[in-house]
Formats: sequence, C-alpha cells, structure tokens
Amino acid sequence: MQLFITILIDGLTYSSYLFIVSVGLTVIFGVMKILNIAHGSFFAWGAYGAAYSIGLAANAGFPAWFGFILILLSAILVGLVLGVIIERVILRKMYDQEEVVLVLATFGIFLILEDLILLVFGVNPFFAYQPMAYLGNIKLGGISRDVYSLTLLAAAAVIAIGCWYSLNKTKWGNILATVIFDREISLAIGINVQAVYTATFVLGTALGALGGAYIAPTVSVAPGFGIDIIILSFAVVVIGGLGSIPGAVIGALMVGILRAIAVHQMPELELFVVYAVMALVLIVRPEGLFAPAVARKI
Amino acid sequence: MRSILFQDKTIFWMGLCFLSLAIAALFLPNWIVNNVMFGLARGLAVLGLMLLWRTGLVSFGHALYFGIGAYGVALLEKYTGTTDIFLRLICAVIVSAIVGYLLGFILRGYRAIFFAMLSLAFSMVMYGILVKMEVLGSTDGFSVSRTTFFGWVPESKYALLLSLIIVCMASAAFVQVYLKSSLGQLSTAIKDNEIRVEYLGYSVARAVHVKYVISAIMAGLGGGLIAMALGQVDPDSMVNWTVSGELVFITIMSGAGSVVAPFIGGVVFAFLSTYASEFMPHAWQLVIGATLLGIIFFLPGGIWSLIEKLWKRGERHHG
Repeated sequence: MQLFITILIDGLTYSSYLFIVSVGLTVIFGVMKILNIAHGSFFAWGAYGAAYSIGLAANAGFPAWFGFILILLSAILVGLVLGVIIERVILRKMYDQEEVVLVLATFGIFLILEDLILLVFGVNPFFAYQPMAYLGNIKLGGISRDVYSLTLLAAAAVIAIGCWYSLNKTKWGNILATVIFDREISLAIGINVQAVYTATFVLGTALGALGGAYIAPTVSVAPGFGIDIIILSFAVVVIGGLGSIPGAVIGALMVGILRAIAVHQMPELELFVVYAVMALVLIVRPEGLFAPAVARKI
Repeated sequence: MRSILFQDKTIFWMGLCFLSLAIAALFLPNWIVNNVMFGLARGLAVLGLMLLWRTGLVSFGHALYFGIGAYGVALLEKYTGTTDIFLRLICAVIVSAIVGYLLGFILRGYRAIFFAMLSLAFSMVMYGILVKMEVLGSTDGFSVSRTTFFGWVPESKYALLLSLIIVCMASAAFVQVYLKSSLGQLSTAIKDNEIRVEYLGYSVARAVHVKYVISAIMAGLGGGLIAMALGQVDPDSMVNWTVSGELVFITIMSGAGSVVAPFIGGVVFAFLSTYASEFMPHAWQLVIGATLLGIIFFLPGGIWSLIEKLWKRGERHHG
C-alpha cells in the first residue's frame, strides 16, 4: 500500500512537471506545425533564470516566498525575449519550408541556445533550494514528502484548465481555432495571422521555461539540462497526439506513472518503457491516442 | 554493372580523390588522420541518410544503427575476443541489416514528421536499454581493443585508415550504381508523387524498404568503424538523439547532389567541431548551430552545390 502511494505521488508530480513542459510544445505544434527541439533550451533557460535569480534574491535578503514570483517572472521573461526573437527573426522566414526542415532549424537554435547558457551562466551548477525549504515537508500515507513538489500538481491543473478555457470559451480561442483550421481563410477574413503566430510561440516558450523554472529548486541546474527533457516531452505529445491539449494531459500521466512504476520496480527499464510506449503508439495510432479527427482538405 | 563502374565519371574521380587521400595520409600528422577517420566514418552513416533524404525522408534516429554497429564490434570482442577487422565489419553489417530489415516493415509506411518521430522513438528505446543495463556497459560503455588484420597487429593507425577508405569507396560506388538502377531512380519520383510511381507498376513500400535497409547498413558500418577508430563505445556519444541530429546536420550540410558529398561533409564536420572546441570550448555547439541555420537559409543545396558551381565555372574557362 505504501509502495502504491509512493508510486502514485511520484508519478503524479512527475506527470505534472512533464505536462507543463509538453503543453507548450503541443500548442506550438498545433498552431504553427513546428516540432520545436529548441523547446528543451527554453526549459533550460527558464531553470537557469529561476535558479540564478533566486540565488541573488536570497543573498540580498529577500524572503523565501519571493522565489515563487521570481519563478514566474523568469518564465515570462524567457518567453518574451527568446520567444519573440526566435519567432520574428528566424522562424518567420521559414514557414513555407517542409516540416522536417523546420525541425532541423529548431535543432540549430537548440545548439545555439545550449552554448549561450554556458557563456552566460558558466559551467558550474546552480542550487536554488530556498522555495522548497520554505514550504517544508508533510506526511502523506506515512511518508514524508516535500510540499513544493505537490504544488506542481496544482500548477499543472491550473495551466490545463486555463488552456482549455481560453481555447474553448474565449474569442482568442476561436481565432486560434480558425488559424489552425485554415491559414489562408483566416488571413482573408482579417485575422492578423502573424500576430497570432508570435503570441502562440511566446506562450509556448514561456510554458516550457515555466516547467524548467518550477523544477529548478528541486534539482541542481547544470549544463545539458534540456537534452533529456525534450525527447521525453516529444514522447508525451506523440503519445497523446501532436497538437492536442487533452492529449498532453493523458500523455504526461501515462509517461509519468509508467516511469514511476519502473523506477520503483525495475529501474533498468526506466527509459525503455517510455520510448517503447512512444514507438508502440506511433505504430498502432500514429496520430496519437487523443488527436482530434481531421477532415481532409481538398 | 561492370561497364557502369568504369564509365561512371563520379566513380573515377572519387577513386582518384580517395587514392590521393590514402597517399597524403602517409605524411599527415596524427591528429589530422584521426579527424579524417572520424569524418569518413560519419560520412558512411550520412551516405545512408542521403539516400533517404533523396526520397524526402529524414530519419531522426539513425544513431540507432550507428550504435548497433559500434556496440556490435564491442560486444563481439567482449564475448568472443575477436578483434579482426573483417569479422568486426561483417558483424556490424549483419546486425544492422537484420534490425533495419525488421524495423523497415514498420517504417516503410511512414512519411514526413511521423517517419522522423518513429525512427527517433526506436533509437531512444535502444538508448534507454544501453544506459540502464549493467551488462551492456551502462553509461560508461566499453573500450575497444586495437583492430587486427588476420592476426597482424599494425603499429600505426594507417592500416585502419586504409581499410576505412576502401569501405567508403566501395559503399559510395555501390550507392552510385544503385542510384543509376531503376530502383534507385525511383527515389526522386517517390518524393515527387508516390501515387504515380504506384501507377507505373512499382511498389513504393518495397522501394522505401530497400533504401532503408541500405541506409541502416551504411550507418552500421560507420558506427563499427568509428568504434575502431576511437577505441571506445558509449551510449551518449553514439546512440543518444543528439548524435542522430548531428548526422542529419551533416547530411544537410553536405547536400544530396553526389555520393561523394557525405564524405566531404563528414570530414568538414570533424574539423569544424575540433577547431571550434579547441578555440571556443564553450561555444562549439553555437558554431555548429549557426552553420546549420546558415545552410538552411543560404545554401539549401549544401557544400556540394558550391563545389558543383566552382566545377562548372572551371569547365567554362577551359572549354
């Protein structure tokens, strides 16, 4: 029973974290049809920004709760700066290219951003434990857990509901749906497609950075931080269906819980199960488990 | 077959280039020879990717076969003690061919982003196994002993370089002949319009499958040879997705214009990364990334298109 609870909590916190990172990836793909490898760097930049600024704030004597504001701020800042520059300067010139060429371009951006991290922050790892220490521990099912990781669950839930609401219930969501369905028609009826693209990319970037910023206090932030997570979030969005937000929820839950089971029962299979499921889903249902049915345009 | 081999201009010039490289290597310092070896070995894998690229397919998981070749060589030594070059190469070819043949049945039905994703997933499955299994060396991998030639243990690396050149030469000639065959000429046709190819009476799935197996073998050979050149195999520098990305990058940089291009691209990449990491240890990926973007923007035909341009200009001047 205790093992079951441990696996469940581990799995759910890991899923929440995966979801926050992957939802940005899936939003960008859904609207812009870009499978963005650079998303891993956004994640790493968010983590570095949060870890660095929390360290600075702690040294300057700010209270520990201030760290939460800094986490949010780093995500927004990374989204605005990197998102706008990359979309406006590089990607905008490439929208007529094939999807695979776009993937490669984002791989180039990924490499550049990885080294910019080294140039800006150096090679030494950062620790920003203050927010985690501030919230302390709680006993759950007889096991001591840090409250900070549990807040991830709440954050993921808020983001999921927020995305669902703004996509389905707001005017902005309607505009987005129109652009996704047909870019040319949207242009013709007066939607500023360029602005929609920029806004989407900034939003996706900020979500990726938020994932990194949120996880930063629980780990040591070191070079190469974004390399593994990007392929894991590829697995998440592929399992759930590229471009689908409910799909990202399901994908993140599956990957998170499978991984938690593997870590506790058969550690050798930790990575294997995730990618095996990804391959399996692609073989059986390439469009993903929860992808919406697409009407073929003629 | 015989007539093509002797009439084909590409094969003639390529032979001349490889021959002069073999002679020049006698006088070149060790670090250059090493870089040339890494470049040529990667070039083999890139040759395979180029075949797929010509059909419009990008495999984002060819590190799978690169790793299979490399680990094939390492495990062959671990379990049988064999270090002979022929047995090592045969092992790399057979294992990668079998895996490529089996996965080909699945992958041949996929195109574009789904092909890239599924090959990525397969390669990450292999990565996941290698990283976590103690028996397979875990993250440390294995060391690979010096290659022997029928019991002869050469002092310098020249013998290995020479065999590498011969393998590259043979593979490039094979691919050239294959591309001239009707099955090979379907490449661009499939890229343009699959349905028409089907109407012509060819099976697109079979053509893609053949291509996939050839490219798997090339990557397996490249991986086996790089394991021999490095004397070491490990998952992060041979099977992780970044390696697949690197190989695709070299493919784009080389250009798909000729079977020689991958080797030029491979060697350029080897020197580019050595120099960049020498002079800017924290910024060599930045250089690589910027080069990749630059090529996508300004030189979509890759290095080969530059060479072709210079070649034509030279011909105009002389003729």
